[in-house]
Amino acid sequence: MKAFSNLLSDLILTSSRNRKLSLLEQYFSSTPDPDRGYALAALTGSLNFKNIKSSFFKDLIKEKQDEHLFDLSYDYVGDLAETISLLWDQEKSGNMPRLSSLFENLKKAKTDELKSYIINILNISTADQRWAFIKLFTGGLRIGVSSRLVKQALANYGNVDLDEIEKIWHGLHFPYINLFSWLENKGSKPKISIYDTFHPMMLAHPLVMEKDLEAANPKDFVAEYKWDGIRVQIVSHSEGCRLYSRTGDEVSKSFPEIIKTIQGNFVLDGELLAGINNDPKTFNDLQQRLNKKAPSEKFIEKNPCFIKVYDVLFFNGDDLRDKTLIERKKVLSSYFSTNRSPMFLSETIEFKDWRFLDKIRDISNKQIHEGVMIKSVSSPYIAGRPRGKWFKWKRNPKNVDAIIMYAQRGHGKRSSFYSDYTFGVFNKEKELVPIGKAYSGFTDEELNRLDKFVRSKTINRFGPVREVEKTLVVEIAFDEMSLSHRHKSGIALRFPRFKRIRWDKPTNEVETLEQIRKSFLE
Amino acid sequence: MISIDNKLYIRDIDTYIDPFFPVERAIITHGHADHARAGHKHVLCTPETSEIMKIRYGENCASSFQTIKYGHSVKIGKISVTFYPAAHILGSAQVLLETAKHRIVVTGDYKTILDRHLDPFEVVPCDLLITEATFGLPIFKFNKPEMEIERLLNNISKNRENTFLIGAYSLGKAQRIIWLLREAGFSDDIFVHGSMDKLCDFYQSKGIRLGTLRKATLDNKKDFKGKIIVAPPSALKDRWSRRFENITRCYASGWMQVKQRAKQSQIEIPLVISDHSDWNELTNTIKQTGAEKVWITHGREDALKYWCEKNGIQAEPLSLQHRDETSEL
Repeated sequence: MKAFSNLLSDLILTSSRNRKLSLLEQYFSSTPDPDRGYALAALTGSLNFKNIKSSFFKDLIKEKQDEHLFDLSYDYVGDLAETISLLWDQEKSGNMPRLSSLFENLKKAKTDELKSYIINILNISTADQRWAFIKLFTGGLRIGVSSRLVKQALANYGNVDLDEIEKIWHGLHFPYINLFSWLENKGSKPKISIYDTFHPMMLAHPLVMEKDLEAANPKDFVAEYKWDGIRVQIVSHSEGCRLYSRTGDEVSKSFPEIIKTIQGNFVLDGELLAGINNDPKTFNDLQQRLNKKAPSEKFIEKNPCFIKVYDVLFFNGDDLRDKTLIERKKVLSSYFSTNRSPMFLSETIEFKDWRFLDKIRDISNKQIHEGVMIKSVSSPYIAGRPRGKWFKWKRNPKNVDAIIMYAQRGHGKRSSFYSDYTFGVFNKEKELVPIGKAYSGFTDEELNRLDKFVRSKTINRFGPVREVEKTLVVEIAFDEMSLSHRHKSGIALRFPRFKRIRWDKPTNEVETLEQIRKSFLE
Repeated sequence: MISIDNKLYIRDIDTYIDPFFPVERAIITHGHADHARAGHKHVLCTPETSEIMKIRYGENCASSFQTIKYGHSVKIGKISVTFYPAAHILGSAQVLLETAKHRIVVTGDYKTILDRHLDPFEVVPCDLLITEATFGLPIFKFNKPEMEIERLLNNISKNRENTFLIGAYSLGKAQRIIWLLREAGFSDDIFVHGSMDKLCDFYQSKGIRLGTLRKATLDNKKDFKGKIIVAPPSALKDRWSRRFENITRCYASGWMQVKQRAKQSQIEIPLVISDHSDWNELTNTIKQTGAEKVWITHGREDALKYWCEKNGIQAEPLSLQHRDETSEL
């Protein structure tokens, strides 16, 4: 645990990618099994504790520290693990257990023993160790290290290709003994079953036309619609079918009618959408389904779903990931030559030049697609986000002016800055109503200025939320506006973010709720 | 009763304490820019503070200076003014305003832990305590500065190829860091940013031994490997710092207690060394002065106000303008 907490403390304060990689490599080489496997799981977010949540630690600290002083401290620090680690006083010295025994003890401990075990750990640890320890339970380490970076460090450590690790990653098991033994040339490459696991997806870069494609030949690319649903991987074999989300979470249970129908021996890549007969409805409609973990038959009948398939990774036991996109598409079109409902082949868009696609991506009357995808015909299926292969070209965002109403402090990198803003517009009754929340789109410099604005113009505080003078107008960019019963304004914005801060614009020039509903919804 | 208002203006003697704007008569607690300004007519302060003000703002930064040493008093009208050590920087003073029946203490910025290059802090009993609260949250609990220096020296010995750039406020913090390094046995030349030259000389002239200091100019470029450069925090992000190769950025400040803060400023070695009081020092001092009433300036008043009230002490925040956390490095 000591070495692990040192590692985390060093990582959070290192900004250079190469330094981070070498810190991780050093750790993997100097830490024995199974401890390094536990650390690897923690760093890649695959350690799960069902019986200990972050609220457990909140309750513990509130027994020791005045609740109000805790709230003020948490608000200031913006990181629960760090707040508690600083508030807790070290009471005695003792030996921190190894990472692996710490976990095993926690797993074995009965509910009534758990609390005293954890209190003891907190009592004998230093502030840095407490911080690292609590971080294991608060979901997301927030230390500026992505899973991908950790895998890169593993690749460097074993002198293998990152893609080799990505390909087997989801089939590996905690605490990764066979992985390390392969990386250290002591054992063979771990074998994984194709159908037992999720395979990391290939992702697209946002298109910057001038930079990415202007000089390219349109003939070397295929175009498809960018569907507005959720990306899914369909893993099917003789014993059944599973659906995974982009992050590798299994979502099969929410879609029993789909997994029941699909038959075959393959791993496909596609988009899950609301609707029937290959006729997609909006993302909002899909949202209804996503919210239900175990939908009833009646509910399913009322909210049907289907899948548009655009790629194939494995087919009848063959790994097609190294084939070109064109070859993979051939396999798909022959498979879809018969009806495979509820799966359908995602159509390609015929086009001669980029200008044509530019027009297509903005045709938004039905709002069922968010733009177009442009993929190199020669691209193999590479896990991650390889350069120059796939591009997403989203619809141009829409813009609306709104007035800042409330602000809240951010977390992680932005802790202590007021970086989360609620904004609104006036309704018929001349009352300001919130229409959304935005956290991004401003520069660090603008954030500084916004933060100052919030601090000096606060008129009210509700816990961590500050109400500010309604004087600042911001231009908000968003992808889509839809009707919503959950909000007082009756509308909801998809992915709102700051476009510009209108420091000088008077608030009476902001369009009213009625006006913006008219222009975006009718 | 002595009457003092929320601008720290004492009506009976027409005098301000640490005013932000030019006034007839000012008492200055210490030489930092958010307390000592140029342009007052008559200034009352410690001898060291007057020297510091003259170094920073010029000989004529006030029409006249009257100085009194720690423990000495002057009587102005009915009120007697006495200075006590605040152990914040050289010359920093707490101000006791006293009549036969009433005692007010203005702490200025202070710390209570022993810092052997400064006169030790003294608790001054009073009725009204006007305290700073820069680090007025219970998360601020500072370790011994020697431990932080040791961590830095360890890191230097392991990374001889790097140049260690330490951000430290030019007055007080920079000299304290250099002094701590010397006390820990670090005898290499230390390089300093041009802006702290004179202030280091001043500290040395007062018998605080800072060893051999050299200017961090480009002529010395080849000599920076494995060395320490001390510069004001603003220079850490500035173009100025880009002239050095392989820099490890360090920052000496109480703010470095919060890792996320250090990360935000891209600091690789945070040195949690503060010239202000931490939470325990603040609350202990309030208790020890026996004050019935506390006014809180500077910083996180909310928590300290809450603590006072919970402990049966009346407390009020004084929102002094122009003093936000960025000015208190």
